[in-house]
Amino acid sequence: MVTVNNITKTYNKGAVKAVDDVSFSVEKGELFGVIGPDGAGKSSIFRILTTLLLPDGGTATVDGHDVVKDYRYIRNHVGYMPGRFSLYQDLTIEENIQFFATVFNTTVAENHHLIEDIYIQLEPFKKRRAGKLSGGMKQKLALCCALIHKPTVLFLDEPTTGVDPVSRKEFWEMLKRLKQQGITVLVSTPYMDEATRCDRIALMQHGKILSIDSPQGIIRAYPGPLYAIKATDKPRITQALATHAPSFSSYIFGEYIHVDPQGVSSKYLTEELTTLLAKEGFREIEVMPITPTIEDCFIKMLTK
Amino acid sequence: MRQFFTFVRKECYHVLRDRRTLLILFGMPLAQILIFGFALTNEVKNARIVVVDHAKDNASQRIIAQIAASNYFELGEDVMDRDRMEMAFREGTVKLAVVFPANFHNDLVHQNHAQIQVIADASDPNYATTLTNYVSSIIRDYQTELSENAALPYRITPQIRMLYNPQLKGAPNFVPGVMALVLMLVSVMMTAIAIVREKETGTMEVLLVSPFRPVWVILSKAVPYLFLSLINVLSIVLMSVFVLRLPVAGSWLLLFAESTLFIITCLTLGIFISIKTKTQQVAMLVSLMGMMLPTVMFSGFMFPIENMPVPLQVISNIVPAKWFYIIVKSIMIKGMGFAEIWKETLVLCGITLFFFIVSLKSFKIRLE
Repeated sequence: MVTVNNITKTYNKGAVKAVDDVSFSVEKGELFGVIGPDGAGKSSIFRILTTLLLPDGGTATVDGHDVVKDYRYIRNHVGYMPGRFSLYQDLTIEENIQFFATVFNTTVAENHHLIEDIYIQLEPFKKRRAGKLSGGMKQKLALCCALIHKPTVLFLDEPTTGVDPVSRKEFWEMLKRLKQQGITVLVSTPYMDEATRCDRIALMQHGKILSIDSPQGIIRAYPGPLYAIKATDKPRITQALATHAPSFSSYIFGEYIHVDPQGVSSKYLTEELTTLLAKEGFREIEVMPITPTIEDCFIKMLTK
Repeated sequence: MRQFFTFVRKECYHVLRDRRTLLILFGMPLAQILIFGFALTNEVKNARIVVVDHAKDNASQRIIAQIAASNYFELGEDVMDRDRMEMAFREGTVKLAVVFPANFHNDLVHQNHAQIQVIADASDPNYATTLTNYVSSIIRDYQTELSENAALPYRITPQIRMLYNPQLKGAPNFVPGVMALVLMLVSVMMTAIAIVREKETGTMEVLLVSPFRPVWVILSKAVPYLFLSLINVLSIVLMSVFVLRLPVAGSWLLLFAESTLFIITCLTLGIFISIKTKTQQVAMLVSLMGMMLPTVMFSGFMFPIENMPVPLQVISNIVPAKWFYIIVKSIMIKGMGFAEIWKETLVLCGITLFFFIVSLKSFKIRLE
């Protein structure tokens, strides 16, 4: 449904390389995630695919049409939701949806089944102006507007950034239902925890794709074991680990410290870590082997 | 077409829901007409003057009476000595003093020659000139009166007629100017800002990825401003007729047709600015500096173009407001028809076409 071949995009006359020789393809009906921190090049790829930017090199097609030559076809058939909230803040929910329906040569009634689930949540506020909505509501409205013409491919650029956790969860549920309707969805996000909700993901950094696979595949490919330490004084423990086990890589991960022994494999590493830290005076700590998350995989790829 | 109308309707919502815009749109013409009509007027009315009459004879009294009778002047108390007169000038309480020497009438009758000193506060040169002219003409009238009995062999009497504006009112000059200014502001600045706003808020990004052609986005944004501007023209003309008592001498239809043309010129300028700028602030600055200033300076409504150095006169030709100012003056004040203003109309058409083509050429269907 979407193919990207060796796409390159630079800004400031080549000084900044936003997208560096990127290739991937997305199947019909797939929920594909482009995951990476700010500045990884996600938005640039989305803008190239939605014909808003011209690539400096490489080719790309959407629904079988070239993004440069057939830009008009693509503009007629895809849905796009930019990273920034881009609806009319001074129009009401209803007016926004109706406006975009007309712009896309359709009516709200025609594709109502597509937006039904989302619109039910918006309906009580339909007379409210978009600018007065919460972050989550705004994104739901934007999704409605991007869906109103039954696009074949939906491009969502960081739809959950700045949205509360509950709304984020709801938003992903909606994407799942859209996928079931046969719409191909490309979504970008800086939140690694959202990656598992996609069929396949591309991890990006500095304009390059580090890995493309299903989330499970990426986790499976994580080399070696990973340990988590539960403790209160996390910064000092990482410091101690850095001095006494310099070959290990350790970093604070939420409530825990993750320790990657970097190839050292020992059945007794859990005990060894406990003893090592106990010697340093850290008591009441808990060490356990864990399955890595996507973020661990990402960190591992960056340090490689 | 349905898309187009929906777009226009959406644009009207934007305008109507933004109180500040609304205030600028409809408050500005009102305020400008009232300000120019009643506050910023350079007409002379009730200027305070004093008379220093050392003669106190028939002739001086008669001239003083005539000065007092005219409603240009308001005669202050008699001042007898120079020091007090100078004090009054310095304090700014008087604008002009008329000094009659002793034996004024005697000199006039016996030596056939007498002098009157007219002293004006020339810190505002135009005002001073106007005042002294009025005084001189009153004195001239008196002289004519005197010499009617005497048989002079040769006499030339200039018959002065102030055409189109016999009372030398300010309104005929500034109404066309205000019209050009307001239309410039509404059509150029508001349109430019409205289009750039779509770029700035990111809605342009969404609109570009839609079947709606980008060119139509721009055109449909211009339409509401065309109507708003026409409403402004109507309100200015109505105010000048009913509040300032300045009737439209020529055809209303022609006036509105030419105004529409000028509005379209301004809209293409606004579109051009919006294509070249990225933020609302820049668009506003460019419109103000690039359009408003030249309009004020070069339209001829504040400063006569004929008095400018030649290079500036040449520059004034590319200022659309100059041509519109001439057109409106010709229609409103002089009552001329299309036959007399076709040249100016053609220039406006040319400017419009130029900016339209340049805008089309530089229009981008993608993000930069």
